[in-house]
Amino acid sequence: MISSQTVLESKKITVEFSGFKAISNLDFKVTNNKVHFLIGPNGAGKTTLLDVICGKTQVSQGKVVYMEDQNLVKLKDFKIVHIGISRKFQTPSIFQNLTVYDNLIIALKQDKGLWATITAKITKNQQKDIEEMLHLTGLIDEKDQQAGALSHGQKQWLEIAMVLLQDPGLVLLDEPIAGMSKDERMKTGEMIREIAKDRTVLIVEHDMDFVKEYADIVTVMHGGQLLCQGSMEEIQNDPRVREVYLGRKED
Amino acid sequence: MGKIMNQSIFNKKNLLLLGFIVLLIAPLFLTDFRLNLLGKYLAFAILVIGLDLLWGYTGVLSLGHGIFFGIGAYAMGMYLKLEAAGTTKLPDFMAWSGVQELPFIWVPFQNPILAIILGIFIPVMIALLLGLLTFRNRINGVYFTILSQALVVVVVTLFVGQQGLTGGTNGLTSFNTIFGFLLASTTTQTVIYLITAAVLAMVYFASKVLINGRLGQVLIGIRDGENRLRFLGYDPAIFKTFIYALSAGIAGLAGMLFVLQVGIISPTMMGIIPSIEMVLWVALGGRGTLIGPVLGAILVNWAKTTFSESYPDIWLYFLGLMFVIVVVFLPDGLMGLFKKFQKRWSGLHDKQPNSTRVEKNYS
Repeated sequence: MISSQTVLESKKITVEFSGFKAISNLDFKVTNNKVHFLIGPNGAGKTTLLDVICGKTQVSQGKVVYMEDQNLVKLKDFKIVHIGISRKFQTPSIFQNLTVYDNLIIALKQDKGLWATITAKITKNQQKDIEEMLHLTGLIDEKDQQAGALSHGQKQWLEIAMVLLQDPGLVLLDEPIAGMSKDERMKTGEMIREIAKDRTVLIVEHDMDFVKEYADIVTVMHGGQLLCQGSMEEIQNDPRVREVYLGRKED
Repeated sequence: MGKIMNQSIFNKKNLLLLGFIVLLIAPLFLTDFRLNLLGKYLAFAILVIGLDLLWGYTGVLSLGHGIFFGIGAYAMGMYLKLEAAGTTKLPDFMAWSGVQELPFIWVPFQNPILAIILGIFIPVMIALLLGLLTFRNRINGVYFTILSQALVVVVVTLFVGQQGLTGGTNGLTSFNTIFGFLLASTTTQTVIYLITAAVLAMVYFASKVLINGRLGQVLIGIRDGENRLRFLGYDPAIFKTFIYALSAGIAGLAGMLFVLQVGIISPTMMGIIPSIEMVLWVALGGRGTLIGPVLGAILVNWAKTTFSESYPDIWLYFLGLMFVIVVVFLPDGLMGLFKKFQKRWSGLHDKQPNSTRVEKNYS
């Protein structure tokens, strides 16, 4: 077992939307090289937590620390990407009018400034990285196709590939298997396992079978607060969880 | 698409080259009057390239580019006016308005090189400032478009109001010479025409190079999914500001070439109506294609001249009808139509599966 190191830590964060507390006083920790699932009923604050981490939503209080020394709360969204946190959105957001290959090219990890972009030339190594991603996601035959013409599942994989090309230390996935067929879910699960070999993956997911299959650690959120955290087994046996979430589902 | 095109001798590159050669030899077969008109259309064609970079590729709609065009035209006009004033060193309209001494903002325009630089620099600076203020604060879409219209109102009001400084509603006219050459002479006009054609080719080529590089993909990314792009680590505000400023500079350049050939610039020529018309040329030619808007600008202005000569009364209705047809039936403009035919034609030869049509996202 690799020694566990804290990748991300939120310290007493509160997010308020005009009086409503989406997250209140949340302490939360993510350790390295784990597939970490965030579950909880609708409105528990899971997506809001992802929004806070990637800089899309501002906290009212508290701070979020990445790699023990970077306070994310003060960083602009596009700068959070530069330090190694990448996010995949719930609905596939890819660039419809670009080819699959071009989608991957603009995702590459490199200087994203204006001048660097104007003068950017793809290197041999970057080409190899893209090929690798095309193989991992099985999109190699579609590489010259317009991304808008891909199936829903393929779009999700393309976005995952775009996220990975930034070589992030922490990957945030928001319901990556929503709307996927059984086969596609399995393929996505294998992809996530592969990804987690050398980085941390934090996933918001509703599908319990999927969580059971792939989770190293599960955090349950409820009403903007952390209910409990542990292995899937521990979670399943926790009476509080059964009450607010799992139990209700089994009725 | 590229593969299909390259197979025929009528591929895109050859057609472009042919078009440019026709423009270069146009002085041989057009009358002075027609050549002068064509030169004016080409000045507009230069302008729409910038507008297409901004709207067609980046998805930012500016209804205020008349201002940048106008400022470029005024910069050149001020120099011409000072040259026409000769030894008195004071433009005629200033004397009529009771201005005794050359206002300090006119002083740099005594130097033609400085006038040309300022004709590009001032639009670029205005766009940089406005762009940074709006895009940085994430003012986008329709709000930006409204702001761009407000800019027109402000600048036009300023130009009309400062009679002694700008010539007021009449604008700047009655020019005489440029670098000592008679502006109205055939030779001078032919040279200016050829310069305009060369500038058009250069601006087109430079824009094409920019768009074919990584920047083009990033701009399309901003248009189709600004949020996704931001979470890939790009700062869209910087890119949008850059393209806005670049297109403003191109518009200023076009304005300078315009005034040299038309011989007048007035506030109505940079107002709201021309600003909107420019955008319509882009839409008619085909957004996000560069060459489409160029053709759109030339064709619409040619049609405008032809029809307004023959049917001055119904011309405006005709123009309106044309735009309705394009918006309703040809959302991708003339280039979209052209591509459709090309696909159908090539489809007869080798049955290629039609790729799914992808909706473009414009603000």
